[in-house]
Parts: sequence; structure tokens; C-alpha cells
Amino acid sequence: MSAKTRDILLDPILNNNPIALQVLGICSALAVTSSLKTALVMSIALTSVTACSNFVIALVRNQIPSSIRIIVQMTVIASLVIVVDQVLQAYAYDIAKQLSVFVGLIITNCIVMGRAEAFAMKNPPIPSFLDGVGNGLGYSAILMAVGTVRELFGSGSLFGVEMLPLITNGGWYQPNGLLLLPPSAFFIIGLLIWAIRARKTNQVEKADFKMAAQTRAQEA
Amino acid sequence: MSQHKETTGHTLLVAFVLCIVCSVVVAGAAVALKPAQTSNKQLDRQKNILSAAGLLDGPMSKADIEAQFSRFEARLVDLDSGNYVSETDNGVQPEDFDQKKASKDPGQSIDLDGDTDIAGIGRRENLAQVYILKDGVNVSKIVLPIRGYGLWSTLWGYLVLEGDGNTVAGLAYYDQQETPGLGGEVDNPAWKAQWPGKRVFNDAGAVAIHLKKGGVDPASQDAQYQVDALSGATLTSKGVDYMLQFWLGENGFGPYLQKVRGGQA
Repeated sequence: MSAKTRDILLDPILNNNPIALQVLGICSALAVTSSLKTALVMSIALTSVTACSNFVIALVRNQIPSSIRIIVQMTVIASLVIVVDQVLQAYAYDIAKQLSVFVGLIITNCIVMGRAEAFAMKNPPIPSFLDGVGNGLGYSAILMAVGTVRELFGSGSLFGVEMLPLITNGGWYQPNGLLLLPPSAFFIIGLLIWAIRARKTNQVEKADFKMAAQTRAQEA
Repeated sequence: MSQHKETTGHTLLVAFVLCIVCSVVVAGAAVALKPAQTSNKQLDRQKNILSAAGLLDGPMSKADIEAQFSRFEARLVDLDSGNYVSETDNGVQPEDFDQKKASKDPGQSIDLDGDTDIAGIGRRENLAQVYILKDGVNVSKIVLPIRGYGLWSTLWGYLVLEGDGNTVAGLAYYDQQETPGLGGEVDNPAWKAQWPGKRVFNDAGAVAIHLKKGGVDPASQDAQYQVDALSGATLTSKGVDYMLQFWLGENGFGPYLQKVRGGQA
């Protein structure tokens, strides 16, 4: 694997993570991470859609008139998402039911659209495909991390296998109900972003403005 | 090339070809996967009915579920009269009846007004699909589809009664979006385990089963009609209460169950 290929594939996982650095695709990251199983299926679905849509769009990138390029991208992405949704309903019905609308909402996921517009329109199909896989993996990494915390401490299990026996089932662990609700993913993603940026300080954004020093009101 | 691709003709051509290709892909996937999806949906419903009836132990294979389910017989009940009908007006057989669809069709359902619609369902279908499990000649279990509004969502489930039409054999919801950990505890096995054996109707024949806040006192006379309300989920508990009252009452399966109890159904 050449250095460039490796960069395309692996950079989005930590150095240029779509969720942690670009803060895209948060909506589904909140919704599907209450259990690892749904998070994993969602990750696979998004990764395959991003990779395939990047590939298809890169393939026809020289034919796409710029006036309708966003619509063309959307049409390709939407078609792929419908196919993925149909496949899930046929082969993983229980999970498809839990994911409900969120598979369909991959269409509006900024990561897919963003990679199509920013990368696939300017690069050949194979690197575009790898870029899609890489960004999908970056998204998956965050989803799995958040899902692990939420399922372990929210339901005392991992992939549905009991890890911490719950009080309601005769064990000792009192689950943290907040972790089962979407807002908890905000906290976990926030902490993750903090941790990543504490280590990789070049990801820290410059402040938009600087607070002026505090001034004491003058007595008239 | 780069000049040519911005012309109107080329733009139209790209749009046209793209639409054709994409629609072929989408339609192909939908048609090719349809059989698998239909069988999944059917299996899912069978699994829900078995689990409500307490006949589902652990993960079962597809063949096991189908074998268990084949013991059940689908029947259509006219909710107003409480009688069985052999098929719908359009000739749909009981096993193919789509109750959800019927409940939205003005020709096959009635509009409920505010006072009668305690379960918050809006419309009620004229016919309902019940499943009967026979033990030899005697009916041993009756599966009734119920639904009603909780806090966030409509809860869809099955209430299973014993053959006497008065004793609960189980209650299970297969679709609900209540708060996880609070109202979502309607799916908790420990809570569901309280239902079997409870009685639905009191001696006067009125719907007596209800959820009790603060826990059921086993010594009390009413304990046979009571199930613990869900803690921290007053509105979901009320929803369950109203749903039982509606579906077991005169606008729901009341007339039918009266016949079952009298041995006429």
C-alpha cells in the first residue's frame, strides 16, 4: 500500500475524523448508539453507501454538468440508500426495525454528501472509493466508541450479552438511564473530541473572537 | 469536452440517463428482495404472537416458530356483534386480513369520538383478527390485537387470554417508542411475568383489570385484577390501562368475549 493510499484510507479515522474534527453526521450518531448492534449495522450501512456513492460519482465526474451536480450526487446517494435499506429489511429484519428511519436518513448525512462533493468530484474512482471507506471507518470508530459506553453503562451489556448484572434481573448494577437517551451521546462525543484534541493539538480550532479583559464599571 | 458538458442538451441527457439507471437499480432491488421481506414480516408477527402467548422460549429457529404458530387458527371477529365472520366483505380470508390497513379505511372502520376513544386511536376497524389455539376441541388461548397511545407513541401489542375468556395468559407489545428505562419497561420480562393469571372481568361482568400505583398488595381482594404500574411512567401506565379498558370493553372485544365466556363463540 503506498503512503498516499494509506493516508486516504486511515487519515479520517483519527487525524481528520468526520465526526470529531468536522462535526458532521451527529444526528444519526445520537440516535443509533444506544446499543452496539444497531451502531455496528448503521456503521456498515453508512460505510458502504459512502464508498459506493464516491465510486459511482467519481466514475461519471467528467460527465456531470456543474449546474445539476448536487442533484446528481443526491440521486446516486438516495438510490444506494434505498438499496441498502431494502437489503437490511430482507436479511436483518430485527435490526432494520430498530434502525427504522435512520437508514433512510443516511441520504441527508453530511458525511456522504461532503465526500462526494469534496473528494469524488475531483479524483478517480479507486481513490474515491478508498476515501469513502476511510470516512465510513472514521464514522464507525466514533459510533462504536459511543455505543460501547452507552450500552455497557446504560443497559449493562455489550452486543446484548450481559456484562454487568442489572438489579432488575437480580444483579447489583443500577443502570444509568440517561445513557439510553440521545442527549447522552452529546456528552460522550464532546468528551471524545476533547480527548482527541488534547492529544492532537493541531486540531484545536482558533477562537473566533477574543474576550476583552474584564473592566470595572466606572462610577459616575 | 469541458465546454460541451455544460450545454443544455448534455445536462438533460445526463439527468435522463441517471434517472433511468437509478430507477432500474432501485426497482430491481425492491422486486428481488420482496419475497424475503414479506416472509420476514410474517415471521416477526408470528414471533410476537408466540411471545405474548408465552410459547416462545429463547431464540427459536424459523422452522420452530412456524411449527408452533401453525397450531394457531386465524379468525375474524365482528367487533360490534361479537360473532365470527368467515371472510371480509371483499372476500379476504382471515389469515390475509390486514387489520392496520382496515383501521385507516373509512369503509372498514368507524370514527371514534372523544368520550369513547379513551385509548387515543382515532378510528376503530369493524373486523379484528384474532388467533385461537385449540387444545383438542376446547379453545385454550385467544390472542387479541390491542393498541393505544402511551406517552410518546402508540403501543401495539397482543393480549392473550385463556380459553375461558377471563384469565390473562400474557401481554406483549411488539412496537412502542416509550422512554427507555421508564415507559419502555413494558417490555421488561419481570413486569410482563405479572400478567399471567390475572382476571379481566369482575363478577358483575365489568372490565376490572387495571394497573395499580405503588404496588399490588397480594392480600387484597382486588389483587387478582391488579398489576403493578410502571414506576416513573404514569402516562404510559395510564395508556396501558385505557387500552385494556377500551379493547376489553363494549367498543372493543367486549361483545365477543361475553360470548366466549358464555360458551357461544
